[in-house]
Amino acid sequence: MYVAVKGGEAAIANAHALLADRRRGDRSVPALRLDQIMEQLGLAVDRAMGEGSLYDRELAALALVQARGDLIEAIFLVRAYRTTLPRFGYSLPIDTGAMLIERRISATFKDLPGGQMLGPTFDYTHRLLDAAIVDGEVPAPVMREAEEAQAPRVTDLLGRQGLMEPDGETDPARAVGDLTREPLDFPLDRDLRLQALARGDEGFLLALGYSTQRGYGRSHPFVGEIRIGEVAVEFDVPELGFAVSLGRIRVTECQMVNQFKGSAKVPPQFTRGYGLVFGQAERKAMAMSLVDRALRAKEFGEDVVAPAQDEEFVISHSDNVQATGFVEHLKLPHYVDFQAELDLIRRMRAEHEAAAMQEAAE
Amino acid sequence: MQTQSSIDSSARKAALDVLAAAPSRALAELWDRWADKPVHKLVRGPETGLVMVRGRAGGGGAPFNLGEASVSRASVRIVSGEVGHGYCLGRDLAKAEAIAVIDALWQRDAAVVEAEIIEPLRALANGADQQRRNESAATRVDFFTMVRGDN
Repeated sequence: MYVAVKGGEAAIANAHALLADRRRGDRSVPALRLDQIMEQLGLAVDRAMGEGSLYDRELAALALVQARGDLIEAIFLVRAYRTTLPRFGYSLPIDTGAMLIERRISATFKDLPGGQMLGPTFDYTHRLLDAAIVDGEVPAPVMREAEEAQAPRVTDLLGRQGLMEPDGETDPARAVGDLTREPLDFPLDRDLRLQALARGDEGFLLALGYSTQRGYGRSHPFVGEIRIGEVAVEFDVPELGFAVSLGRIRVTECQMVNQFKGSAKVPPQFTRGYGLVFGQAERKAMAMSLVDRALRAKEFGEDVVAPAQDEEFVISHSDNVQATGFVEHLKLPHYVDFQAELDLIRRMRAEHEAAAMQEAAE
Repeated sequence: MQTQSSIDSSARKAALDVLAAAPSRALAELWDRWADKPVHKLVRGPETGLVMVRGRAGGGGAPFNLGEASVSRASVRIVSGEVGHGYCLGRDLAKAEAIAVIDALWQRDAAVVEAEIIEPLRALANGADQQRRNESAATRVDFFTMVRGDN
């Protein structure tokens, strides 16, 4: 039974005014501009954008400042905003092989066509706090004449020798699953799992990926390749009759190479997990690729024994907006529910007391 | 063999690709300098919406939905009758409308639009990409092997 209780309006309005005040903070400190957030907190922006599942860096920056830097709140704001816009359609699949590469590394091959480029990485830094960056001058990056080399995906190189599980056949007649349109119905195909993982919570996927390394669904992974850079988004425009580029987006791709699988028909091959995320989000892409591989257990005839291999468990709990909604709803008034629980426990205690008295009397 | 219309549409696509990728400010500056802007009527938009961006499993396999991107679009008819369409990532409605007008003009007078707008934007984009490539190239690892002992 729901009983309407009034009386909170003034408190709510004043709480929101107080929130606005605390969000802005000390007025003698200059207010943050969105371009400052986009330029200087770029990876937080990328995370809000990736898990918000909406590529728009300026909106993600606005969400971050409105959420006072609370990433999940920012992601929630981005998700809410996307529901207000019409859907023009679906892009053609992006071609990560044609990326303008900013970073590209492989832990499996030293010498790659196109080379290994570290790019703007935290790797090999000493993780020492440096107060000097606050107002220090930053020199321009070093330049070096780029060689005109193609940088094929590493998995394509090994694939040519038959050592690597191929990308798989695509059936153009098959509709691509879209969890923003249809509720999830388990078991899922890999396309829906990849969509869910791409917008899934980084912390959750990181922990699950880590669990596979520690033995809960071991798959013996190597980073075949990580690449970060910009790719064109092509869109079929009906009024033009051909596809045009809408511009470029930055993505992070991770190819995780795992131990072998074969069958009576196919000789042993490396298997693969795949990660693809909006923006620069290397940890997330790596975690996604580990979990993608773990979730392919059934496809490879592996025993499903670990949490990371349990599709329904992983995908049902990977969305941090859903998770926070259900956890946080607990703090909303449950007075009537709780009243019923109180009545119940009083009755149970009365029965307990009566039973004890009867026992004492006998 | 390519037909005339497929050559035209690939050239028109190339121009639209450059326009969509152009930084808003650079495009606005070039467009401001365009002397006799045609009177145009909006056929649709400008409006902002979403395009669901797709990737491929493993990079080259079955498509999946990666996430949405904000996109602006506009369609216009200029006085001489040509209809132009503009699409670009982001929520810059003025940019989408400018692209649509430029696309209409391109159909009327491709050579001038190419020379005055497309080519400068392409040069700008190529320069920016080259700079990005050169910055990344400086972080390229030059492996060398240390030989231990005499044999």
